[in-house]
Amino acid sequence: MLVLPRARSPGAASRVPMTETLLEAFSLLGGFDHRLLQIVGLSLRVSLTALAIGALIGLPLGAWLAVADFRGRGAMIVALNALMGLPSVVVGVLVYLLLSRSGPLGSYGLLFSPPAMVVAQTVLVVPLIAAVTRQIVEDAWKEYAPEFSVIGIGRPQAVRLLLADCRFSLSVATLAGLGRAMSEVGAVMIVGGNIDGYTRVMTTAIALETSKGDLALSIALGIVLLTLIFALNAAAHSLRGWAARRGG
Amino acid sequence: MFPLRIAGLRFAPAGRPLLDGVDLELSGEGISVILGPNGAGKTLLLRLLAGLLPAHGGSVDWGGAPEPAGRLAMVFQQPMLLRLSVFANVEFALWPQAIRPAGRKARTLAVLERVGLAHRARDSARLLSGGERQRLALARAWAMAPRLLLLDEPTASLDPTATEAVETIIREIRTEGAKVLMTTHNLGQATRLADDIIFLADGRVQEHETAHRFFARPHSPAARAYLQGELPWRIAFDR
Repeated sequence: MLVLPRARSPGAASRVPMTETLLEAFSLLGGFDHRLLQIVGLSLRVSLTALAIGALIGLPLGAWLAVADFRGRGAMIVALNALMGLPSVVVGVLVYLLLSRSGPLGSYGLLFSPPAMVVAQTVLVVPLIAAVTRQIVEDAWKEYAPEFSVIGIGRPQAVRLLLADCRFSLSVATLAGLGRAMSEVGAVMIVGGNIDGYTRVMTTAIALETSKGDLALSIALGIVLLTLIFALNAAAHSLRGWAARRGG
Repeated sequence: MFPLRIAGLRFAPAGRPLLDGVDLELSGEGISVILGPNGAGKTLLLRLLAGLLPAHGGSVDWGGAPEPAGRLAMVFQQPMLLRLSVFANVEFALWPQAIRPAGRKARTLAVLERVGLAHRARDSARLLSGGERQRLALARAWAMAPRLLLLDEPTASLDPTATEAVETIIREIRTEGAKVLMTTHNLGQATRLADDIIFLADGRVQEHETAHRFFARPHSPAARAYLQGELPWRIAFDR
């Protein structure tokens, strides 16, 4: 039988035995609770879309930075590395200003919608993917640059080759980006608004339900989130092992 | 592109001369082998000709032009192989040339066939043995149809069978009209392959002779000592 979470007053959680809460959380998971599935589904859609866009921008950007030679490259690398640790609430505020009615992109009416959350998560993952890509590709570039130079490979072609060459290491970097996107809470809370059934994702739901005292749903979502993060890391580890066996 | 005239070529990073006034003239045919002890500047000379390092003095004249007009290819001592298939490791070398994809594919498969790697075209290049790797690197250079092929110790650390396979490929590339300029420490290989020998020591060309004359009558003391297997520290000690 499906057990729906009940709204409780703040502080109520402390009066509910932990075992009961855990049983309720597993009941939600085992019963494929509709609300839980909706939240997980939206989280995956938003984060995977942000990751895809972030990879499309971050991978070539990082690879280009690895092979490029221009004034200010060092400063750009420092900036990119610093942006990896960008606080998500700051990103949330910036994207909020960008998408708010009076902002430059306000006319699109994206604020408090899943696309706004995608924008915020993309802003968060691009520096991470680009910075890690730059480091990985630069190491490969040092090895291949003499050969490419003699053959006459131009920089755009070098970027293409190096991204293909480092694909397995870069896939691990990209999965790290997905971890960053999925575990993020501040930015999506600000630009998504945490609207029930529309922009509520795992992290914002956990924050809200915990504050309401509904620990069962929080724990259930936490288990899903942790499982996904572990699965991602296991996939990355397996991919590296498989690539090593295949000469990658 | 030929004759290739090198005059007073100097490479002296931080003022320390590693090549100090190299004078050399090379015709466009045959295999020229650069011999010399470690640190003589053999690899450095190849890298300067390939444009991988800037010279600190002297000039290189490519048949009247300051830059090589024909294609130049180089195979390094440790072949650089991308983590891609054997096929892809050759095919990308044709990207800078105006060849259609179908033409690139045909050319790639043809050279892989000639170096005996066609059956491994779809395998990862990183899974090849040392000898196969060097043959793949040669196939890549060959696919480029170079006018000048620079080889930096192409058989270092290969067994006799793999060495023989590599030498056969080098001869075939020469037969197709490429000038080959290579370094080696293998005197047997130099005897088998060389049309002429360039002997480098102390950053200078000490001798440039036909292979027959060089091995029969080396006229510089350094070359004589080298051929007799004298160790550099011993020569210095005897002085």
